[in-house]
Amino acid sequence: MSDDLYREYILDHYKNPRNYGRLEHPTISHEEGNPLCGDVVGIDILLDKDNNVADVKFHGRGCAISQASASILTEKIKGMNIEQVKAITKDDLLEELGIEVSATRLKCALLSLKVLKAGIYGISTWPDEEEE
Amino acid sequence: MKQNAQTPTGLDVYKIRQDFPIFSRKLKNGKPVAYLDSAATSQRPRQVVEAMEKYFFECNANIHRGVYQISEEATAAYESARQKVAKFINAQSSREIIFTRNATEAINLVAYTWGRQNISQGDLIVLTIMEHHSNIVPWQILAKEKGARIEYVDIDEKGYLRLDQYTNLLQQAPKLVSFTHVSNVLGTINPVKQMVKQAKEAGATVLVDAAQSAPHMAVDVQDIGCDFLAISGHKMLGPTGIGCLYGKRELLEQMPPFLGGGDMILKVTLNGASWNELPWKYEAGTPAIAEAIDYLNRIGMENIHAHEKMITEYALEALSEIDNLTIYGPPLSDRSGVISVTIPGVHPHDLATIVDRDGIALRAGHHCCMPLMDRLDIAATARISFYMYTIPEEIDRFVESLKKAKEIFEK
Repeated sequence: MSDDLYREYILDHYKNPRNYGRLEHPTISHEEGNPLCGDVVGIDILLDKDNNVADVKFHGRGCAISQASASILTEKIKGMNIEQVKAITKDDLLEELGIEVSATRLKCALLSLKVLKAGIYGISTWPDEEEE
Repeated sequence: MKQNAQTPTGLDVYKIRQDFPIFSRKLKNGKPVAYLDSAATSQRPRQVVEAMEKYFFECNANIHRGVYQISEEATAAYESARQKVAKFINAQSSREIIFTRNATEAINLVAYTWGRQNISQGDLIVLTIMEHHSNIVPWQILAKEKGARIEYVDIDEKGYLRLDQYTNLLQQAPKLVSFTHVSNVLGTINPVKQMVKQAKEAGATVLVDAAQSAPHMAVDVQDIGCDFLAISGHKMLGPTGIGCLYGKRELLEQMPPFLGGGDMILKVTLNGASWNELPWKYEAGTPAIAEAIDYLNRIGMENIHAHEKMITEYALEALSEIDNLTIYGPPLSDRSGVISVTIPGVHPHDLATIVDRDGIALRAGHHCCMPLMDRLDIAATARISFYMYTIPEEIDRFVESLKKAKEIFEK
């Protein structure tokens, strides 16, 4: 039934989000919302001199999928080099989440990655994607 | 209650449901849909679809143009639909009924024609916080263009409009007052007649958004006394792509046309055009034909309203037994068949996804009422809404599924 989407792993990240909060002096800071459902995710990143993610925090509000996805994503990128972060694909994140999402909920699941990429590239849409 | 749902209202809901083929369909999980989203769009009975089919198969032709038999039949059907609408909302004349694509277009028509002609710099437009975006954005565009200002009537704790505030705003002599008959989020039935009377006394022109009321209760434009009224076809068993604007004849006569094109003209030269008479002046292109009104009349608006009231009462009672659940909107006496809820810690979209697995169709989101969401300090609600075909079993299924969702998040 519902437990495949709302399994323990997702609910745990929703109820106990990792890296939740703000950074005081982030190198990159970006926030975006999903106007359709009102989900909001913002990500602050601190890069060290070698362009590695020294620290990362996220903030936001919204459904379990969007918030858990942000929490999981921040865990994943901590310590990564910016080039590695740039290489993360939608499929990578979906695999990380380990859930099957319907088309309408895909936006929730991928909002954090969209915010991350937009922050890094300093643009509001993904470089390889047309605005829907 | 469960087995004799028709007794209190005289409406045999189980028989009515047989007119709606969608209810016999099984979803992926083998269950039938519990359709609790009629405020968004209603289901359509076989009779309406058959009428559309008959039209397409037997007399599909451009209206008002051809002199051949099927075109004349199509024109007659179209004009008879207009008369039915006029009678349905008790307009004085069918010339006061303008077919539009939907209620949104009806409101925009007024904003772009009457509004542009009559609203000037510094004029006041009064709206309410519970309006659908379609009754906010057209006025914001107009106000920006003209330098007019907009004031919004707030709601109180129960979800009623603050009529004290409304009365005060009317003292500032607004040019236009526009508000919804029924809130699509809170279910509040506003005291339209009284509000229109006050606004008219203050010298304002009044538009009533009846998209959420006309499908569910008797709406009488002469009794209400408004200048304009907007309705939507697909929320009242009709096809998509059809709505209506009611306008008082003297106002419609004075207004400039809306969309330029075929059928709305009297004469076109390369230098300009003169306009057709009412109501065709406002109807460019060929809209679909509404056939749902016969069905509604056959069931009876009073019966529909009574049935929905019963279902709403049943749902409110069942929901009130669930801990930690916020129910928005006024008590039963002033409420239509719309119930918005939130549960702390469970986002409405998660709730909607979970109950969808049980075959329950409800709406989660801001319901095109972002100002109201801000006012209630929430991002979204989960909303269930009913119609003549809603049965208590569907409410039971929703409540069971809701409990399950709570368990998942509260464990």
